[in-house]
Amino acid sequence: MNLTQLTAVEIGKKIKTKEIGVVEATEAYISRIEKLDKDYNCFVTVDKEGALKQAEEVQKLIDAGKLTSPLAGVPVAIKDNMCIDGMLTTCSSKILNNFVPTYTATAVEKLQSAGAVIIGKTNMDEFAMGSTTETSYYGETKNPWDVTRVPGGSSGGSAAAVAAEEVPYALGSDTGGSIRQPASFCGVTGIKPTYGRVSRYGLIAYGSSLDQIGPLAKDVTDCAAILEEISSHDKKDSTSAERSDNDFTSALKDDVKGMKIGIPRDYFLKGIDSEVKDKVLAAAKTLEEKGAIVEEFDLNMVEYAIPAYYIIASAEASSNLERFDGVKYGYRTETFTDLHNMYKKTRSEGFGAEVKRRIMLGSFVLSSGYYDAYYVKALKAKALIKQEFDKAFEKYDVILGPVAPTTALKLGESLSDPIKMYLGDIYTVSVNLAGIPGISLPCGYDKNGLPVGLQLLGQTFDEKKIIRAAYAFECTKSYRRPDALTERGL
Amino acid sequence: MVITDETIEYVGILAKLELSGEEKEQAKKDMTNMLEYVGKLNELDTDGVEAMSHAFPISNVFREDEVTNGDDRENLLKNAPDKKDGCYRVPKTFD
Repeated sequence: MNLTQLTAVEIGKKIKTKEIGVVEATEAYISRIEKLDKDYNCFVTVDKEGALKQAEEVQKLIDAGKLTSPLAGVPVAIKDNMCIDGMLTTCSSKILNNFVPTYTATAVEKLQSAGAVIIGKTNMDEFAMGSTTETSYYGETKNPWDVTRVPGGSSGGSAAAVAAEEVPYALGSDTGGSIRQPASFCGVTGIKPTYGRVSRYGLIAYGSSLDQIGPLAKDVTDCAAILEEISSHDKKDSTSAERSDNDFTSALKDDVKGMKIGIPRDYFLKGIDSEVKDKVLAAAKTLEEKGAIVEEFDLNMVEYAIPAYYIIASAEASSNLERFDGVKYGYRTETFTDLHNMYKKTRSEGFGAEVKRRIMLGSFVLSSGYYDAYYVKALKAKALIKQEFDKAFEKYDVILGPVAPTTALKLGESLSDPIKMYLGDIYTVSVNLAGIPGISLPCGYDKNGLPVGLQLLGQTFDEKKIIRAAYAFECTKSYRRPDALTERGL
Repeated sequence: MVITDETIEYVGILAKLELSGEEKEQAKKDMTNMLEYVGKLNELDTDGVEAMSHAFPISNVFREDEVTNGDDRENLLKNAPDKKDGCYRVPKTFD
């Protein structure tokens, strides 16, 4: 087996036992990116020189016994909305086409101090607004399972890079499903942690009350190990939580005996592909056979999550994206008549269509006369959605369902009808509104050979329960790499 | 609700976006569709429900107002599209 087919934790072990060197591992991935990324476009920036330099330094620290993390020496890619000191950070937007941050996001800094080697920045939907990675200014990312299909989004570059084995793991961010849905489309595993588990400092904000950074990797073990490293209370993010239960790898137990799992009936009523439905319910059966107590229940409010989400997320986006004005950083229009004209032209030329659409919707729902009717109404719906989850978690340890109604869509299919694209987020957005954790992992393959994702949700700060359930399920099967890679001899 | 030309003009001012004629027409259509769709929330009885901004209680986080970072002016200005004498340079705002 090639080095690049290993999981992050497996590579970490081999580095620790000196079976492989950090430079060797880094070079293996970089040469794979050089060979494959012209087909997939997972990366906006590849920092070959920087990565090799880091690799040498990390190797020295490992040799000196100063780095002991399971991820020490393991290469990683970072979604291009997390700032890294001295590395181009674009948010896949033209408006940040030349932005080089002077500081590093806390989650990334945590990985760096654990000895991670940062290989580059991954492609995404512009400002994380989209579910396909097609709204990127730097071109769409393609799904390694089938290059005529989208990788999902917005963390599509991160998910596709892991699936294509261009990197063993990556960080993504999830505002309405942006880690879980691309993980599902690309056949990898991803966690959206509880809001506040991971510091958002240095994450370029989209919907601040919803955004959360999390891992994408080949399996649950990797995701638990990564989450363990990046979780922290951070003075620089006042919404980050002080927790003493960040030891997620302790939850990697193949044991779900007596675990209560609820399946929302409402998730399977309409709009879901029958193959997705079958695979997800088969996964529930598997967990039941392993001793979990599985039952169906009514989770109300499901159909209100998308309207509430798009009002709240757009409102926050319109406010967060005001800072892009052509003064302090990023793109500035070339010709203008006065200050206001400069702002307007800069923003109109710098933002893509989907970003403008959301900024306008957000500006409208926050405007005087409409604030109560739309924005406050959505915040009330959010309270009701949270109540429904609270009720469910009084009875169940874990909620089980699909990640998305379908497997990966064809490129270009979603862009013409925004509302249709938004409807694909039905199983993911409520999780961000409620602030709870969710994990997405492959549970089967459809007739086109595309991966189907299983989503497990837990109560606030109950990541360990979903990790345990996911791990127990994963123990019944082995990781399947994209058939297309094997067929092409890659 | 149908979005009029005036509303799009107004939203353009709020959002600081300059739209072409074609973009305005598209925006009118998109926003009308979207508002019709999110209008679904009106089915919900939310009387007596408190608007929730954060999903779980977070109280104010206070700290002493102490400067911990140094002067980073030169670095920060590296990203400026235009600068002069250690400051950001912008078009003239008044005569």
